[in-house]
Amino acid sequence: MSLTTSRRGFLTSAAAAGTVLFIGVNARGALAASPSAEAMLTPFVKIDETGKVFAIIKHFEMGQGPSTGLSTIIAEEVGVTMAQIGFEFAPSDPQLYNNLFFGPFQGTGGSTAIANSWQQYRTAGATARQMLVEAAAEAWAVDAGTLDIVDGQVTGAGQSAPLGAFVAAAARRTVPENPPLRDPAQWKIIGNPATRRLDSPDKVNGTAMFAMDVQLPNQMVVMIKRTPQRGGLVTSFDDSAAQEIKGFLMAQTLPTRHGVAVYAENTWAAIQAREALEVDWDMSAAESRSSQEIRDEIMTALNTEPTYNVNKADRAAVKATVDGADTVLEKTFYFPLLAHAPMEPLNCTIEQTAEGDIVLHDGAQMPTGPHMAYQQIFGLPAEKIRINTMLAGGSFGRRATPDADYQVEAALAFVMTDRARPVKLVWTREDDIRGGYYRPATGHKVRVGLDQSGKIVGWDHQVAGQSIAKGTPFEPMMVHDGIDHSTVEGIADSPYSIPGMSLGLTDTQKATSVLWWRSVGHTHTAYVMETMMDLVARAAGQDPVAFRLAHLADGTEDQARKAGVLKLAAEKANWGRAPAGHTQGIAVHKSFGSYVAEVVEISGTPEDGIVIEKVTAAVDCGIAINPDVIKAQVEGGIGYGIGHAMRDQITLDGGAVEQSNFPDYEPLRISDIKEIETHIVASTIAPTGIGEPGTPPSAPALANALAALSDGADLVAELPMAEAGVYFA
Amino acid sequence: MRYTLKINGETKTVDAEPGTPLLWVIRDDLKMTGTKFGCGVASCGACTVHLDREPVRSCQTYIDDIEGAEITTIEAMQDDKIGAAVQQAWMELDVVQCGYCQSGQIMSAVGLLRDTPKPTADEVDSYMWGNACRCATYQRIRAAVLRASEIMEA
Repeated sequence: MSLTTSRRGFLTSAAAAGTVLFIGVNARGALAASPSAEAMLTPFVKIDETGKVFAIIKHFEMGQGPSTGLSTIIAEEVGVTMAQIGFEFAPSDPQLYNNLFFGPFQGTGGSTAIANSWQQYRTAGATARQMLVEAAAEAWAVDAGTLDIVDGQVTGAGQSAPLGAFVAAAARRTVPENPPLRDPAQWKIIGNPATRRLDSPDKVNGTAMFAMDVQLPNQMVVMIKRTPQRGGLVTSFDDSAAQEIKGFLMAQTLPTRHGVAVYAENTWAAIQAREALEVDWDMSAAESRSSQEIRDEIMTALNTEPTYNVNKADRAAVKATVDGADTVLEKTFYFPLLAHAPMEPLNCTIEQTAEGDIVLHDGAQMPTGPHMAYQQIFGLPAEKIRINTMLAGGSFGRRATPDADYQVEAALAFVMTDRARPVKLVWTREDDIRGGYYRPATGHKVRVGLDQSGKIVGWDHQVAGQSIAKGTPFEPMMVHDGIDHSTVEGIADSPYSIPGMSLGLTDTQKATSVLWWRSVGHTHTAYVMETMMDLVARAAGQDPVAFRLAHLADGTEDQARKAGVLKLAAEKANWGRAPAGHTQGIAVHKSFGSYVAEVVEISGTPEDGIVIEKVTAAVDCGIAINPDVIKAQVEGGIGYGIGHAMRDQITLDGGAVEQSNFPDYEPLRISDIKEIETHIVASTIAPTGIGEPGTPPSAPALANALAALSDGADLVAELPMAEAGVYFA
Repeated sequence: MRYTLKINGETKTVDAEPGTPLLWVIRDDLKMTGTKFGCGVASCGACTVHLDREPVRSCQTYIDDIEGAEITTIEAMQDDKIGAAVQQAWMELDVVQCGYCQSGQIMSAVGLLRDTPKPTADEVDSYMWGNACRCATYQRIRAAVLRASEIMEA
């Protein structure tokens, strides 16, 4: 998503609460250090008297690693080992725990968790260290400058004691204004490939608590029978068959009429009762189009003058140049709707406390969204609503809907009860696959003109697809001059120097709800840019790596970093020297501030079966805080990109989604990619995103490897590849 | 109807309707939440448990079909020699990302190593094929199963 940087002045305060030291942001910007100030502080660092440090994580953990990453930053600055630090998820508070790139909004997305928190968490950790050291210096009557914290021990001036001994005294001290940050040369944990994930043990022994694992006393399970076509409304329902299901409690039409809520004693009863429910729908306003009609609309738009001239180029002149060029290359691309399908189906649980507070237990990707929605639904002030952020079993963007879709469903189901029993809303996999909020269907048409020497003289690039942000609360932030940046990101801001480029955009009608999806627009823009670069290089008779480097030669840092990962991936993959029977394809793309190049090496043929033998990746994401987590994110990003490109799509028939579960929305499987090798560029630049940037280059690198088998003749320009006749062994 | 179950070495009694999937008995009745719901149609493996030491998909295993069988879940793996080796390997290699599928992955891996203590990479791929991971931690799963095999041998 488009990011507006709004770095708030970082001010710290401390409050004594027993013997716990909090270091955090004071919302009012005051340097208060009153023992009674706890209520107005929300901490990033908590230290108990045993010396155990807790990092308070303002982002959610869907596997991308911020609980480990932010804890690493705190541990490094305070001076404790990873064994001496734990983590807790922050409460929902858009002022104290806002994403600094989003404004006063708490949320995770756009691969910003580490990037926006880096200086904030460093400063919080350094503040804690300074206060502890000053407390020890006073106790020992020595100069604080002679002390440091090493592995949890305050050390120096011939003395040493566990930091826990100074927590109470530190909490009473004035907060230092500019605590010194550790010199990167001192770092022991940041950048250390041996640092392990803090969430591994609980996820390995079954004790990790996901939202789906919430089992409140006396809770009801609710499932929603939803309209099979988006926009359909409930007219009536018959629950007489559901009454026969033991454990069925009741059924009620949601106030929005988008579905019927089925209440039951447990999950299995809810599944069966919902199956038995008969619902009549009013489909007069419902979506009735098929995928073919959606595709036709996009294709028509690509051949019409675009609504938006994204880069303000003189398109007529560009078209004339291309038309008059010695060689013209033209390709039309189509990318289908895609579901996120995180392993943990959507769910959340609501309860009301004895004091009348509403508590939501949720793998909350954007807590501020449901928090604001709940103020309206329950008519309560913000402080009467609490969000307990749980581990999320994946998301890839799905848990971050601008309309807080599933949390609102749960709240509507809850307000239709007497609120005596907690309500746990559970989606099945079928609900997930059919429930909308898809990566938009998008088309591109590109015409490139080359001169006699193979040099690009014109590049006319048209994009048509469904805007994600328009009509949502995010529109003011993400849409400028009518252009939803998420549709053209990766082209409009490409580091390549491409002469004579015209970029146009046309919005098409939304057939279903659409949403960001791991790396969003980059999923299709990288595919188009990078397969076209290969086609053009081939037409120019040049090596794909050399050709790309020639368009990254203006000497800017942006181009140098992109060229750097390209060269590194090529070198590590033995580019151009694949073993006999193997074919390589390469792609490089910048997204979310990070640069990733990938070489995909395949064997076999599209008819007999393609085997993905190896993917070699090179990544530059600035300072690598947890190198092994970065490698894991690149591995996962590649799998996510390639798996969907191979065989996944969501299609509509008469407005209804045709797929329903993993058998027809087949996930990447263990045998699909034999090996991934990731190399990280050493850097002293502030960290940038890593959750998403591994995804964009993966599918085009695979497409380029496939195209190389036919010298470019058989470039797959419509996804998924399986639909284009590519069979994977 | 009342059913008596043997699970992780203990005997438990539950009241459930015939035809209830074991998954929901474990999660909702016994409140043991390490076993996960992923698809409900035996195509993702997140709900894998052992029935008489063999991995099964608990979403497609019914309470009235398992009388007398020994059920083992992720919660008992640390007390299992192979289970402990697998868990150690999983942590050494930091296999997990979101972690939601990993109980099922581990239960399948233990089943593989019980049958085939020294599998090849291809055997790992073949056996683990049905366990989906949307985070795509597969390369580490493969490596961790092979590493667990080494730990078992040591």
